[in-house]
Order: sequence, then C-alpha cells, then structure tokens
Amino acid sequence: MAKELIRLSDCTMSFDGEVVLDKINLYIRDKEFLTLLGPSGCGKTTTLRIIGGFQTPTAGDVFFDGVRINAVPPHKRAVNTVFQKYALFPHLNVFENIAFGLRIPKADPETGKKEKLTEEEIQERVMDMLQVVNLKGFEKRRVSQLSGGQQQRVAIARALVNRPKVLLLDEPLGALDLKLRKDMQNELKRIQQAMGITFIYVTHDQEEALAMSDTVVVMDQGKIQQIGTPEDIYNEPKNAFVADFIGESNILDGIMRADGVVEIFNRKFQCLDKGFLPDEPVDVVIRPEDVDIVPEDQGQLKGTVTSVTFKGVHYDTIVDFYGFKWLIQTTDFCPVGSHIGIKIDPDGIHVMKKSQYSGLFGDYSSYSEEYDEISDATLEPEEEEEESHDE
Amino acid sequence: MTSKRSLLAAPYVGWMALFVVAPIVMVVVYAFTTAAFDPTLANFTGMGTYTSIFLRSFQLALVATVICLLIGYPLAYLMAKEGPGFQRMATVLIMLPMWVNFLLRTYAWMAILENNGLLNQFFDSIGLFDLINGLFGTDIQYFRMIRTQGAVVLGMVYNYLPFMVLPIYSVIIKLDHSLLEAAQDLGASSAGVFRRVIFPLSLPGILSGVTMVFVPSVSTFAISQLLGGGTHMLLGNLIELQFLGGAYNPHLGSAIALVMMVIVIICMWIMNRFGEGEEQAVVL
Repeated sequence: MAKELIRLSDCTMSFDGEVVLDKINLYIRDKEFLTLLGPSGCGKTTTLRIIGGFQTPTAGDVFFDGVRINAVPPHKRAVNTVFQKYALFPHLNVFENIAFGLRIPKADPETGKKEKLTEEEIQERVMDMLQVVNLKGFEKRRVSQLSGGQQQRVAIARALVNRPKVLLLDEPLGALDLKLRKDMQNELKRIQQAMGITFIYVTHDQEEALAMSDTVVVMDQGKIQQIGTPEDIYNEPKNAFVADFIGESNILDGIMRADGVVEIFNRKFQCLDKGFLPDEPVDVVIRPEDVDIVPEDQGQLKGTVTSVTFKGVHYDTIVDFYGFKWLIQTTDFCPVGSHIGIKIDPDGIHVMKKSQYSGLFGDYSSYSEEYDEISDATLEPEEEEEESHDE
Repeated sequence: MTSKRSLLAAPYVGWMALFVVAPIVMVVVYAFTTAAFDPTLANFTGMGTYTSIFLRSFQLALVATVICLLIGYPLAYLMAKEGPGFQRMATVLIMLPMWVNFLLRTYAWMAILENNGLLNQFFDSIGLFDLINGLFGTDIQYFRMIRTQGAVVLGMVYNYLPFMVLPIYSVIIKLDHSLLEAAQDLGASSAGVFRRVIFPLSLPGILSGVTMVFVPSVSTFAISQLLGGGTHMLLGNLIELQFLGGAYNPHLGSAIALVMMVIVIICMWIMNRFGEGEEQAVVL
C-alpha cells in the first residue's frame, strides 16, 4: 500500500458563521485517484481549495508529506490545479500557457537557490506535454481558437508540466458534452497512470466517480458520508444518502430480527448482514437490478405493475407493493396492471443503520416527477443527456 | 430592409458630414491656400519656425501622460482590488472635480500657485522662506510656481487624470479571478501574478487611458494660457492666435492644426502597434 501523502485532520471551514466543512478527516495516498463526490454545496470544492492553498481552514490542520502546510501559499505548494472553467490565460498562446509555470524561477528544495529553466528545457517539456494530451501542432494557437475539449487538455497540460506530486481537478469535465466527457475520462485515467501521480478529483457525477477512482469520498452537508472503493460504495452504502446518491436504490424500513434475517413488510428475508441489536429498526437497500420477477404465486412479495419505461438494455418497471413503490430493472416485459411476484437473493439485500437520511430517499411513489430529475443525473449511461451544472 | 436601415442612419450620416467631415475638409482647404484662396504650400514651408513650440507641446503632453499613468495605474488597481467602500469613495473623489467647470478648476490652481497665492502664503506662514534665507543668505519672498512648465503639466495631470484611471479600472475590475488563482497555483508570487497576468491583461485599458490623456494635453490652450501665463506657448495657443488673436491668419492656423493632427495620428498608430506588438511579443 502506497504511503500517505496528504492528511486533513479535523478540518473545519466556515464562511460568516456558516459551516461549510465540518471536521473533515481524510488521508490521501501517493499515486491514488481519489474522487470527492457529492451534490452542490456539500463542501467538496472547498476541500479541494484547502488542499490547493486557496483557502485556509478555520480550524484543523492540513499535512503534506507529514509537514503541516496550513499557512503555505498556493505558489509554494507541490500541487497544481485544473480549474473548473480552465482559467487559461487569454493573452498567451497554447505554448506559453503551458510554459507559464516553467518560466517562473523555482527555489531548489535543497539549496534554496532560485533556478531558472533554460529555453531548451522549457521547449522540450512543453512539447512532451503536448504529446501527452494529444495537442501536437496546436502550440501557436490562441486559446480562444480552441474548442472546449482542447482548452481542457491545455489546462491539464499546463498543470502537469510542472510535475506536481498531486493534481487537483475541480469538475474539469463539467462543461463538455457527453461523448467528449467519456473520452476525457479514459484519457485522464490514462494520464494519471502514465505519470504516476496522485489525482484528487471533484465531481457531482456518480458515474464518473465510479468509473475513474481508486477511492471515492462521498460528501454531503460538509461531512464525509463514506470513504471506500467504488465497489464498496456501491455495494455497501453506509446510509440512505449514499445509497440514493450512488445509483438507483429502493430504500425500505426494516427490522433486524436476527443475524442474517431482516423483516420487511412483515415478511422475513434472508440477508448477509450481521451485528445488529435484536429487533433494531434499520434501512434496507435493494438495488433495482437485484430483484427477480417471478410468477405471482412463487414470489416472496406480490405487487402490481404501475409503470413501464423502455430503457434500451432493460425496462424500468415500477411495482406497487402494499402502497410502497419499487423501481425494478428487468429485461422481462411486464405490462402495466399485471400482478407479479418478486424474489430477492440474500446478497441483493443490504442492511444499514438508521441515520438522519432515513425516510428521505428510495421511494419511487412520486416516480413520474422524480423521474426527470434522476434520469438526468444518475440513470442510464447510454441515455444520459448533458447535465445541467448549477454549481 | 437595407434601405430602411440606411434611412435610419441618415440623420447620423448628415450630422457627421456637417460637423466632422466638412470642418476637416475646410481645414485642409484653408491649409493649402492663401488669403485669396490661391493654392499654395507656403503655410507648410514656414512651419520650421514653430519647431520649438511643437517640441514643447509634445514633450509636456508626454510628461503629463507618463505622470498620469504613474499615479493613475496604482490608483485604478487599488480601486479594483479594495473593498466596495474604498472603490465608491475613490470614484466620487475622482469624478467630483469633473463636475466643476473646467475654467473654474484651472483658475483655482492659479489662486493656489500664484506668487502671493495660497501655497506661498502657507510656506511664508510656517517660516520656510526665513529659514531658507537664513541658511543660504538668499532673499526669497516666494517660490515661482505659476507661469512655469511645471504648472502647465500640473494642470494637465489634474484635469485629465480621471481619463487615465477610469479605463484602467474598468479593465482590471473585469479580470477573471480564477486567472489570478491559476497563476498563483502555477507558482507565481503576488508580484509575479501582477507582472505576468494582471499587467499584460490591463494593457488595453492603459492604451485607451494614454490616448485620452495625451490627445487633449497636446492640443490644450486654456491650461497653458492660465497656468503657463503665455510664456510657454503651446500648439493650442499658437493655433488660437491665428484664429482669434492679433496674428490673424486662419490659413496658417489650419496648416498647423493639420500637421498636429497628422503627428497625433502617427503617434497613436505607433502606440497601438506597440501595444499589439507587446501582446504578440508575450505570445511569441
């Protein structure tokens, strides 16, 4: 396991008394791709700006390689940032934008003497970087002549050319269209692996986070909700917020009757979860793809189909169980009004402790309204339209 | 559609023709003719006589422009960077004198700078002249400030400073803050951010400020007359003399005005080229 590079310890940030970050504890390992994921205003960008040095936490400490860096200004930190709207210098061409950081004399960490790169070194490093981001031949262009995707690449090259230990990326793909965003996701991952440096990536797009990251940090309301690998976050969400934010989830009230037995709708289901108090009220997450539709008489639960939407690979089927509506993703077509039964395997049931988010998410009763909202942000990758970015 | 548009433009075209094109044509006609309106180049061939006035005018205007830039840029920068309180106060303080009549402002400077004016009275009252006379054995009763080139430059700077501050301010205030953060992020110190990003991006404001101070300065006649006391004649005074003064000769006056205009145009052209060149140089 790679060594720890950055640590935030009890970092709190408040603006005019309003707490934006609430005692964040986080460590980031060398060479990992870590994503800060959460909705608008969850504190993810603030966290990034604290690491970049643009904001000083109101309380708590920031460590870099074991050294406390709270008071170190941005220009003396070994991190570089790719800004949300690229922030390319309009008075410089592509080459000079990328060379910007190289032209500034840097103090040698050992001797403390300011050293300047020669023109040949700058030329070489900028050209190498243009190669990395596939922009060879663009060096003389003005930045205003570039497309969004190209500007994005310049912004990445401009940061990477300084050989930072950590690259911070603040929703870098937000302004790009879907197709380009997919390409850039792969490209970023490739660059991260090729350069062997740490990426800290901020996004509100859960799919992007799952696809690219080694570690995902889910945030909401200035607090870290869960830290884990993409698989952990998806399969073992810690609370209703995480379950709802990452992918689609049916979240139900349940009671833990024994280890491996949870009761939903007065029926007992086998599950894999253990370690709860006897008869403890819990939240139960069932992913839409983990539900099997069977003939009514063979089902563990019986319900009525109220809505079917064709999604390409599967149908989004809304089923009413005793007044609670579930989303089920199935390749079998069940017409509206048909009575069906369902079966859920023990590994399809995930039990979570009750939290402040209990009861807020995971009910598809108001499906038609909610549908538009979710389909934009989180539903089918194939169908996903460009998102609105209100952050 | 097109005809309708051109119909709308007609009043402006008429206005421009009457009050911009026609006067310039008249100046050109006057400049190349004699009193009897016979074609001649005599108005230009004798221009060499006024070389010193030309030089002085451009020199004083240049000095005033440079001083305006040196005072105006930091002021504009502070206005853009400080809080809204300072910004509002500074804007009012800069604009306020402009609401006072131009001549009145300049007369006020006369009252301040005169030999027995406010400033000299103040120096006298604090015993400055006694001190100097005692130290050096001189017999100074006042500092001569009015009717000097310095007074003329002071008048230009005072009157035209707002025209330097405002365009620079409006460019700096519009700079995208994330550009400054990006520069910091890439290793630039505050001085580096200013030198590599803020200053080059504020060049358009500087260019328009310089133009707006230099052009009226080079052609002023009121300031030089009131504060220079006629001892340091500038182009404006020379031209005025040809039209309103004893040396009545509108043909020569037109020729001088025309030459001045051409020189100013050349200056502006070179400066704009230089400005672009600067940008290009940074780019290359």
